[in-house]
Amino acid sequence: MKHKHHVTTTVNGDEVEYLCETDQTLLDCLRDELDLTGAKEGCASGDCGACSVLLDGRLVCACLVLGVEANGKKVETIEGMAQGEKLHPLQRKFLEHAALQCGICTPGVLVAAKSLLEKNPNPTETEVRYWLAGNLCRCTGYDKIIRAVMDAAAEMRGA
Amino acid sequence: MRYESPDTLEAAAKLLAAESGDARVLAGGTDLLVQIRSEILSPALVVDIKRISETRSIKEESGGFRIGAAVAGAELKEHPTLKKVWPGLVEAANLIGSTQVQGRCSLGGNLCNGSPAADSVPAMIAAGAVATIVGPNGRRELKVEDIMLAPRKLALTKGEIIASFLLPKRPAHASDAYLRFIPRTEMDIAVVGCGVSLTLDGSGTCTAARVSLGAVAARPLLVEDAGKALVGTKVDDAALEKAAAAARAACKPIDDKRGTIEFRTDVAGVLTKRTALIALERARKA
Amino acid sequence: MQERVKSPKFDIVGTRPVRPDGADKVTGRAKYGADHKVAGQLVGKVLRSPHAHARIRSIDVSAAAALPGVKAIVTREDFKDQPSEFVPAGEMLINYRDVVRNVMAREKVLFEGHPVAAVAAISDTVARTALKLIKVEYEVLPHVIDVVEAMKPDAPLVEETMITAGIVPPPTKPSNVAKRVEFTLGDVEKGFKDAELVVEREFTTQPVHQGYIEPHACVGSVSEDGTAELWTTTQGHWVARAHCARLLGWDINKLRVTSSEIGGGFGGKTVVYLEPIALALSAKSRRPVKMVMSREEVFKASGPTSGAHVWVKMGVKKDGTITAGEAVLKYQAGCFQGSPVQPGCMCAFAPYDLANVKVVGYDVLSNRPKVAAYRAPGGPISEYAVESVVDEIAEKLGMCPIELRLKNAAKEGTKAAYGPKFGPVGMVECLEAAKGSPHWNGPLGKNQGRGIAAGFWFNIGGETTVNLQLNEDGTLTLMAGTPDIGGLRASLAMMAAEELKIPYEKVRPIIGDTATLGYNFVTGGSRSTFSSGLATVEAARSIIKQACGRAAKLWEIPEDAVTWDNGEIKPAGDNAGKFKPMKLADIAKVAGKTGGALVGVGAISAQGAAPSFGVHIADTEVDPGTGKVTVTRYTVIQDAGIAIHPAYVEGQFQGGAAQGIGWALNEEYIYDDKGRLQNAGFLDYRIPVASDLPMIETIIVEVPNPRHPYGVRGIGETAIVPPMAALNAAVRRASGVRMFELPLSPPKVLKAMKEAGKA
Repeated sequence: MKHKHHVTTTVNGDEVEYLCETDQTLLDCLRDELDLTGAKEGCASGDCGACSVLLDGRLVCACLVLGVEANGKKVETIEGMAQGEKLHPLQRKFLEHAALQCGICTPGVLVAAKSLLEKNPNPTETEVRYWLAGNLCRCTGYDKIIRAVMDAAAEMRGA
Repeated sequence: MRYESPDTLEAAAKLLAAESGDARVLAGGTDLLVQIRSEILSPALVVDIKRISETRSIKEESGGFRIGAAVAGAELKEHPTLKKVWPGLVEAANLIGSTQVQGRCSLGGNLCNGSPAADSVPAMIAAGAVATIVGPNGRRELKVEDIMLAPRKLALTKGEIIASFLLPKRPAHASDAYLRFIPRTEMDIAVVGCGVSLTLDGSGTCTAARVSLGAVAARPLLVEDAGKALVGTKVDDAALEKAAAAARAACKPIDDKRGTIEFRTDVAGVLTKRTALIALERARKA
Repeated sequence: MQERVKSPKFDIVGTRPVRPDGADKVTGRAKYGADHKVAGQLVGKVLRSPHAHARIRSIDVSAAAALPGVKAIVTREDFKDQPSEFVPAGEMLINYRDVVRNVMAREKVLFEGHPVAAVAAISDTVARTALKLIKVEYEVLPHVIDVVEAMKPDAPLVEETMITAGIVPPPTKPSNVAKRVEFTLGDVEKGFKDAELVVEREFTTQPVHQGYIEPHACVGSVSEDGTAELWTTTQGHWVARAHCARLLGWDINKLRVTSSEIGGGFGGKTVVYLEPIALALSAKSRRPVKMVMSREEVFKASGPTSGAHVWVKMGVKKDGTITAGEAVLKYQAGCFQGSPVQPGCMCAFAPYDLANVKVVGYDVLSNRPKVAAYRAPGGPISEYAVESVVDEIAEKLGMCPIELRLKNAAKEGTKAAYGPKFGPVGMVECLEAAKGSPHWNGPLGKNQGRGIAAGFWFNIGGETTVNLQLNEDGTLTLMAGTPDIGGLRASLAMMAAEELKIPYEKVRPIIGDTATLGYNFVTGGSRSTFSSGLATVEAARSIIKQACGRAAKLWEIPEDAVTWDNGEIKPAGDNAGKFKPMKLADIAKVAGKTGGALVGVGAISAQGAAPSFGVHIADTEVDPGTGKVTVTRYTVIQDAGIAIHPAYVEGQFQGGAAQGIGWALNEEYIYDDKGRLQNAGFLDYRIPVASDLPMIETIIVEVPNPRHPYGVRGIGETAIVPPMAALNAAVRRASGVRMFELPLSPPKVLKAMKEAGKA
């Protein structure tokens, strides 16, 4: 008789528990067990970035992490990005710059961009483009995404 | 599918050896999970080695560096001194996948996935890296160029795990570089990869050189003739042309969805020259 | 940076407010196809053909059916055969006889990935296990992938009895050519006689996928009484409803379809794939069934657009006057007829005012997935070929490629080869804007070259319903039925607010389901802002009329004695000044007392869609050592009519350009010798990533469409048309070689450069 793993982890600051099978990814667990559907599955192979989350502060594709590996770790998702009633500056700038069209890639892009600005508050356009190279967007041609990230970075620096 | 995450290499090796079905080591998982999801692999056991400290640390040893096999690409980049000494190796490791993949992918995984196109492998071969392998019968060491034999085929026996890689001590005026060719700027598998490590003397003459190519044969190649073409020269145009010719001669590529035989061979020569020039520039300053 | 040629004279139209659905989409709250969950739902999975072409001898599901946890299995037995009948879907025609076979293979599997059976089970694991237990006996048949091969007399036949339509007298032998179409204007023979230079070239393009990041996904739930709910990611839920009801033999009113937020479509989500299967599985199991495609399934079994072979011949006088244009287009349809070769023919020479044109098109079957619409379906292929020839003519004449195009540009009154005379169009304005742009006059570096190309797309209108309700507090709820893929809600709210002279924030636009609103054709054909905009204006004007009627009632004066004056309802004529003007909010408060709710409905078949022309400028750098093409600068210039929300217009320009750049440089379908797709994933189907592209500059040209109250033209599709030819021209100038094949991938470019001694 197979048994499921009992996983205790912190998601967006809240301690949560779930049961999962070994072959369930962290993405499956977030979406199917915890009903956090903000992270999307675009490819299940780490090629599109739509499932980007932070695992112990490190940007990863949730589709390339086993659910059981999250045990005892900290997970941050798009659902935890807004600060209380206020949108994160990146979220606000994405809206102001019309940096999304269909919006399916947006949660992943935002999580990845937030991770970039935490490490590098003043990135060049090239640095933003390469950091986000694993976040595919088919709608925008990336132009407005890059502008929104640069603008948010400037605002967050107080520039 | 069972999941285990032991604390020691010995325990991990024991688990892997004892499993009668397919057993796989889980480091970053960026290849393994994809292969499980697409049902290319259906292991009965997955052994996560990330709780084993030896696989997760970077230490200075004998004047060189010992890098745990499961250290993530992003951690290599963030190390305070590694990229100054081995910039080529670090840039190669940082070309594996996206930023997200960098958060997980490892040198051990990149090698043990058994792809001839792995980016970090030619860089490790050029660097003269030696792997420490732990198995049910103890530890042994093997040069990186001797580990991968053919696609998906390694010189490891059942239960053996790569624990770490030792990068040797660097003399003065030595450095390395890695370049790959891909059709896009990111996110592709190398069509050709090239790692070059050079040592110069005080006058700028090359005293040692190792050139390694990826994705141009069934396994990553150490192209000794290309290295020899550079040794004893100032790495001038004539020497570079000779090294490029040696690189092209070493290629035994295939036509596939990523490139043609003709293209891979041509580009191997071009990349050999370009990579050697970067390594030369760095070695002069090192 | 961004530039507008004219500025609008409106209060709200032309501004850049935050989209109404924005907050949900930056917080992860918005629900897309795979985000819906219903209590008790089962997992549905499809068994797909491993062969490119095979006869199905038998399907044995008994072992799978016996597996605990399997609740339903469907095969070809569960879908009734359909008579041959063509109906519109997006900008293409479909035939139900083929749709049912595309959803579930019948006599034969016709491409690798063709559905053969489907199961619904209690878990993903059980469903996968069940698929492995289904035994299908195949008789593998010879297959054909390439369009030129498929047209050869001895090619394996995808449909054994198909006789080419459109040829008189009809051929006696069956072939893979489904139909021949022809469009002529004037006399090309005479045109070529008048020419002083004739250029004749052949081009090859590869199929490319729409590449939406969201895979197809749906949840179907059928009740014991035969009513059913379907949640799906689609460009048109009324069309999805019609197809599902037809395939399942249901009354349309039994099925209620809700469109989820949609994670990209680009034409590819105008087709049903999973939906009829999920509903059939649910009808059998009486449980909700959720189905989600994997990325591999998306690539193998959902429509790309055609690959093609195109022959073009153009004649020109030394002064640049084009005397004749002729083309033969051979488009892959995939395994069923219905490639976009007809629009391809119609677009081919549309940017030009020509006296003599002849275009012949062939719709050709092969063992590939049936093509689906992809942004300006058909246009990018034929226009790439024609524009590449135009570029070569400019080079041979030593003429500026903009001047050559200006000399021949389509304008108001031009009779297009496909029939109509153009009204006011912006081709000349776009070319002039290009000529004066900073990009066209900017510097170039080593190994760099600049190219330019034009593009055209028709745009459509069609059936559209919008419902606008005035709420008790004076706010409005706007319900539209064209799924919002890229900011539609914002544009509609802006037009309603402009019309009603109220703040943008007072209009809340939502997308209704098929039970809450009259029929809506798909979001496609660049029609949504145009058509739903027209319906919105009609609904808003109805609200104004009703509000004036209520005021008349209150004031006890005739209705025609009340006027609408810039947001105020006023007594007019003899009564002017007698009553205090009222606003909509005042009427809303007394709606109950004056006759009930005020609801405006715009239920129309939108007419008057106007074409959009665009011109793209591309700079590329070509690496002489590797043949790699890098786009170093890019500008899109396009006629938008009037840009309602300029940021989303720019977004369409930029997104279309990026897709075209992918098409030009790296995207293609790669098959092995057994007809199996080798690159069914984002790793090797290489769409552009952020670091591949420069900023994409935009110039919005505004030549208003006289047949829309706000001058709107469709703008979504034209932007994918020019990039392939613009990059081809840029590569020519950067590398010295002229390429005739897409994609411009490094091995091909390097080979051409080596052969020309340029590497």
